[in-house]
Amino acid sequence: MGEKFLMKGNEALGEAAILAGCRNFFGYPITPQTELAAYMAKKLPKVGGVFLQAESEVAAINMVYGASAAGKRVMTSSSSPGVSLKSEGMSYLAGSDLPALIVNVQRGGPGLGGIQPAQSDYFQATHGPGHGDFRLLVFAPSTVQEVVDMVFLAFEKADEYRMPSMILADGILGQMMEPVEFPESAHVKTFEKPWATNGMQGKRKKNIVNSLYLQPDELERENFKRFERYQKICDTEQRWEEFMLDDAEVVVVAYGASARIAKNAIRAAREKGIRAGLVRPITLWPFPEKILREKAKTAKAFVSVELSMGQMINDIRLAIECTKPVYLCNRVGGMVMTPDEIEAVIVKAQGGAK
Amino acid sequence: MNQQIIIAGFGGQGVLFTGKFMAYAGLYQGYEVSWLPSYGPEMRGGTANCNVVISDQPVGSPIVINATSLIAMNAPSLEKFEASVVPGGKIFVDSTLITAKVSRADVEAFYVPATQLAGDNGLKGLSNMIMLGKFIKETGICEAALIEKTLKKVVPPKKAELIEKNMQAIQMGYKL
Repeated sequence: MGEKFLMKGNEALGEAAILAGCRNFFGYPITPQTELAAYMAKKLPKVGGVFLQAESEVAAINMVYGASAAGKRVMTSSSSPGVSLKSEGMSYLAGSDLPALIVNVQRGGPGLGGIQPAQSDYFQATHGPGHGDFRLLVFAPSTVQEVVDMVFLAFEKADEYRMPSMILADGILGQMMEPVEFPESAHVKTFEKPWATNGMQGKRKKNIVNSLYLQPDELERENFKRFERYQKICDTEQRWEEFMLDDAEVVVVAYGASARIAKNAIRAAREKGIRAGLVRPITLWPFPEKILREKAKTAKAFVSVELSMGQMINDIRLAIECTKPVYLCNRVGGMVMTPDEIEAVIVKAQGGAK
Repeated sequence: MNQQIIIAGFGGQGVLFTGKFMAYAGLYQGYEVSWLPSYGPEMRGGTANCNVVISDQPVGSPIVINATSLIAMNAPSLEKFEASVVPGGKIFVDSTLITAKVSRADVEAFYVPATQLAGDNGLKGLSNMIMLGKFIKETGICEAALIEKTLKKVVPPKKAELIEKNMQAIQMGYKL
């Protein structure tokens, strides 16, 4: 680890991706993630990499498909409306069992929406990133340092499980600067890719990367196989942070930038004698059900804090099988809740559990 | 230490740069820091502002709602953010560009004719650094010995010749 310096989340993400061995970036500009693409445009050519601004998001994600099929570590980034355009490509990546990193620095929606921070692509990222039965590994950083650490993890896990992974950030994390330090590039874990279509060189049979299966029994078999892998991921890859959780009566669940605000609210609630604590999902898929199920045994109530109209709250209810009330604290459209607003819902949850 | 700072003005006045200086100064003194700019169309010639947090605790929300200090570099900024300052907080006003006075009695107001001073002393464009000098003096967010080191970090290498002028401007503000 080197010197700590200040960096915007978007730029730190770019630097981390380069350190993680990514030499291929295909994208299309959109606020509030543009600094990431700009950083890659400046830096990638200097390390022998490829930065390409495609003619559209659809083109960019299909270039990602091509580079990944050739066995390369590859990424794209966008913000909400642009990620929607990539959804077809994400489905093809999943259907072809290809690893890649997709970054979504979320802004308000739906439609063109706005450009200020939001978390309203939660459903899209965790439940419906495209057509067909598939999943993305979804990582939700909460600090700029975690953005850095997660880039390494997201690339590694994508390779390990042969599936696309997503970093789901938001305008606050993309734009803010915080101190970061970067790990040595020597720590990068790489994977053999014997399936890659990178030239037979007379040494092996041809590899085919494809998502088309016209025989229904074959396609069914592929889906079942893929979901066995997903099950293993659900069993082993759930990640979360606990904050003041041990004796918590009110369990706040918040991710990304909202979790930072929730921490302020929880400290304030504790000062007033309310036993509140936080579960911060680090992976949104797989959703950290284990800890929530565990906490449901002792907690009085849960609070979902999100910059969306109540999306993650459904996963909380499912995880705890609706055994405890779940309250919602939300703002949308680029508006961000204050610690006081969260605290008010914590107070309500503490007294109002029935 | 828990400084919650709002710096606001026109785009081009060096509002974001001033915030970056503060964040680095905090970092060099071992504090937790965050810097959050306004972004989007307002950057393009309109108003600019940024939020800086310097704290001995990990920074929760980087959004400053209850500011311990405000630096207002133009009239709309004072109007917009005056109410965000906590009672007992400090408001720094560029009195060349803002003729209005701080309307609250429960805060400390400092009037610095920074734009005028910059123009008179061959420091055009460095009114932000004069404000910063005064800010450092009144808040103690940066040890005097660290000012130059911080400046060298935040001024981009290709503009290194500006370090001296920036230093002069900070000192001028500090002496007020």
